[in-house]
Amino acid sequence: MAMNKVFSSCDDAVADIFDGAVIMIGGFGSYGGLPISLIVALAKQGARNLTIIANQGGVGLELSKKIKPGGYQDIGALYAKGQVKKFIGSVPALGGMPPTSPIETLHREGKVEIEMVPQGTLAERIRAGAGGLGGFYTPTGVGTPVEIGKEKKVINGKEYLLELPLTADFALIKAHKADTLGNLVYRGTARCFNPVMAMAAKTTIVEVDELVQPGELDPEVIVTPHPFVSRIVEVPR
Amino acid sequence: MKARLDEQTIALRVAKEFEDGMGINLGYGMPGLCANLIPEGRTVYFHGENGVLGYGALGEDKQKDYELINASDQPVTPMPGMCFFDSAMSFDMIRGGHIDLVVLGAYQVSQTGDLANWGRPGRPATGMGGGMDLAAGCKSVIVMMLHNTKDGAARIVKQCSFPLTAKNCVDKIFTNLAVIDVTPKGLILKEVAPGWTAEEVQSLTEAPLIIADDLKEIEL
Repeated sequence: MAMNKVFSSCDDAVADIFDGAVIMIGGFGSYGGLPISLIVALAKQGARNLTIIANQGGVGLELSKKIKPGGYQDIGALYAKGQVKKFIGSVPALGGMPPTSPIETLHREGKVEIEMVPQGTLAERIRAGAGGLGGFYTPTGVGTPVEIGKEKKVINGKEYLLELPLTADFALIKAHKADTLGNLVYRGTARCFNPVMAMAAKTTIVEVDELVQPGELDPEVIVTPHPFVSRIVEVPR
Repeated sequence: MKARLDEQTIALRVAKEFEDGMGINLGYGMPGLCANLIPEGRTVYFHGENGVLGYGALGEDKQKDYELINASDQPVTPMPGMCFFDSAMSFDMIRGGHIDLVVLGAYQVSQTGDLANWGRPGRPATGMGGGMDLAAGCKSVIVMMLHNTKDGAARIVKQCSFPLTAKNCVDKIFTNLAVIDVTPKGLILKEVAPGWTAEEVQSLTEAPLIIADDLKEIEL
């Protein structure tokens, strides 16, 4: 286990992300739980042909103003320079928003591929990848467009679909606090996809509100144990 | 033209279904209104698929805590006993049948209880979110929607033309005109909005309705 995981900047922490990388990005969708500083650093770094795995596709700075006064950067920042080749997630675009988000615009122009995955299936595919499993059978999606091309199996009289694991080269996640070893705790609903994604990537990079010394986090409440975390950047919000 | 119920009133009627002790997920959009309308004397536990169980009423936008939101991005308030968990555990709760009831919005519901609530023409990039898991996994599925589209088209149809969320999953439909049970025999019209007749509701519904013997007006 690497000893010094603490990076002084998000730019340094994402510097080696390469063209064609598969990247999980934590959060649920909007501001809370999203590793915004890491996303902005990745947009600046400029790696291209990325496959992004995230719950939501990002609404982009303009539409984000409908969610938070003044708006915020999200995954939308990565589409601007054509960094994203494919998006895998449950809500590429929000039906309640105008059809002008960066991903929806690029998808319409045929410039971004989308793989639509039900949210629970997405979480479980990531957990399967994290845990070294070959997949699982779920009732979700039976009888819908999601079943197309998938193995179906009847188990105890009920129909299930085979879903396969997801892993990534990098995971960019957000936690509330880390100790310098990489143990993580989260805050409120900002936990969401972050803990499962932390476990499913070769290199997990976490942005935290506060960095503390080992011993300062109660071992009873640590959610992500430190072997899952490769790099830590403290970015107070 | 006769008045149809407003969204707040539909939500009030839906919330009457909330039984003491239930774990309930409120879907994206209109169903969120139900969070503030729990019947007096009952305690329910609202589940957000983003990883929270037991949140309270909707919060004030101006003091929004972006780390305490429901799955519709609305700020909610903390309650004693509230707990947080990650997305994988959240969907274990849903698929594993540990959530009693989900209230979902819909574009269309069919006469056999098929639900279409995520994809519509012209918007191929909008996703299903957690809807498919909720519809497949919750013990009971309620749909809350307007009876007709803006153009007057029926949303309760013989067969859904929009992409499905799940087949044969809806148990009850609440609209601004009616309360309808989905049963193996078909759709049973149980309640109508005040001043409306069963025939008028049928004329705005594509799927055939069976009129309940004890048909009554919606009461709150």
